[in-house]
Amino acid sequence: MDRINKKLGYIDRKELVIKRILQLFALISILTTIGIVITLFKEALVFLQEVSIVEFLTGKIWAPLLEPRHFGILPLVTGTMLIAVCSSIISLPLGLATAIYLSEYAPSRARKIIKPMLEILAGIPSVVYGYFALTFITPVLQKIYPGTEVFNAASASIALGIMILPMVASLSEDAMMAIPDSIRNGAYALGSTKFEVATKIVVPASISGIVSAFVLAVSRAIGETMVVAIAAGASPKLTFNPFESVQTMTGYMVNVALGDIQHGTIMYKTVFAVGAVLFIITFIMNIIAKLIVKKVGEAY
Amino acid sequence: MASYIKVENLDFFYGDFQALHNINLEIEPKKITALIGPSGCGKSTFIRTLNRMNDLIDGTRVHGKIILDGKSILKNEIDVVELRKRVGMVFQKPNPFPKSIYENVIYGPKRHGIRNKSQLDQLVEQSLKNVALWDEVKDRLNESALALSGGQQQRLCIARSLAMKPDVLLMDEPTSALDPISTLRIEELVQQLKEQYTIVIVTHNMQQAARISDITAFFLNGELIEYGQTEYIFTKPCDQRTEDYITGRFG
Repeated sequence: MDRINKKLGYIDRKELVIKRILQLFALISILTTIGIVITLFKEALVFLQEVSIVEFLTGKIWAPLLEPRHFGILPLVTGTMLIAVCSSIISLPLGLATAIYLSEYAPSRARKIIKPMLEILAGIPSVVYGYFALTFITPVLQKIYPGTEVFNAASASIALGIMILPMVASLSEDAMMAIPDSIRNGAYALGSTKFEVATKIVVPASISGIVSAFVLAVSRAIGETMVVAIAAGASPKLTFNPFESVQTMTGYMVNVALGDIQHGTIMYKTVFAVGAVLFIITFIMNIIAKLIVKKVGEAY
Repeated sequence: MASYIKVENLDFFYGDFQALHNINLEIEPKKITALIGPSGCGKSTFIRTLNRMNDLIDGTRVHGKIILDGKSILKNEIDVVELRKRVGMVFQKPNPFPKSIYENVIYGPKRHGIRNKSQLDQLVEQSLKNVALWDEVKDRLNESALALSGGQQQRLCIARSLAMKPDVLLMDEPTSALDPISTLRIEELVQQLKEQYTIVIVTHNMQQAARISDITAFFLNGELIEYGQTEYIFTKPCDQRTEDYITGRFG
């Protein structure tokens, strides 16, 4: 009896150590996030002491470098949104269609070939997509629509859409594959066609997974840097024409980071201010997604 | 209208494995036909040939004839969607859709073109009354079907099939995942349903077959050993293997 108690005590202590170690790792990621947020907002607040928040959020001209300086972030926001929307128009429907094909239609042989290919697509570095946009997509666009500028939002959006597609497809497919076959069989036994099983049963049943895949994809499009920095240009313009050159928030930040700027200058501070806005936008998107998932989830 | 089914020389293969050998059987309308036999004897495979659910499995082949009210249903040109509308199926594990109770019942009718709201309402009420679930759920038709108990879910699945107004109802071990009380309710229900439908039920539970069925068919190793009136199969079977099985000597 004594020996068993001793043994149990040992196991308890061992479990406790393991628990503490795991807790520590979890804590590291939380602390890192908190640290980033604090730095971001601290520097952004310093920036707002020099530029009024009204000018920053509602100004229509972004010209931090040249006199007269203007610090209106709207052109960067619209640039970002233009590219996020255009790339989503490509990646979301195609990704969902791919996922439906893979999970409902594809024979296992086709799935074995297509899935790894999608993963390869996802593994290509984004800088490659950027040059692909600049040297391949843009010339094609210029042939179709001669007014296309060398740097333009459309080309970056298409490349970005292709880049994000595997993520949408793969995450949505995971959600659909999680639906048990017994449910599909129930629908088939009621005389459903394959398409009805996919669209009326499987997609609605896995909608929360699909919505999270979509939101992750859009967040990724908003946060992606290399493709837009290379292909979309560097001219902050308040436009919704995808064939023009634009600049996104990330594109601006990387441009500034590449130049040599002094610590403490206004240019330096703009990076944090823009970064804070970017953070708030993605944060709000994540909250909206959570709400959507919760609402849709509750309906059933 | 309850259907008459005639099965002639039916062979079935999963790839190279022959799961059914030369099955010949007649399934009569307004009667309950029970399929019994040990695990892996082919009874589930057989019931799934009757609404061609096996088509969904890759690499299966079927030879022979299944004639439903004079029409052969194994031909390629047969519309399986139309066939499954006439031949409903209830599965071993309750499998309601992750939708509301109401949506579950109208799923089938909606797929086949019924859009009229009052007609659908009526179908829901009638189907749920048929399975004695109406009183339990009438105030929460818009709640998730997944919130129901297992027995209620299975009755909902039966209601869902009945809403299609089928001629045949196939039941693949419909009570094996349920508690004794729910099982009893389903058994009573099945006996009422036979007034209108042709019912084929696969069961592992020999007492159940004896209690509710009119005809019993005994399967072993992919062969139909014998079939006939349930009382004869259980009291004076012709084949020694049937007797061994029902007396519990194997299986």
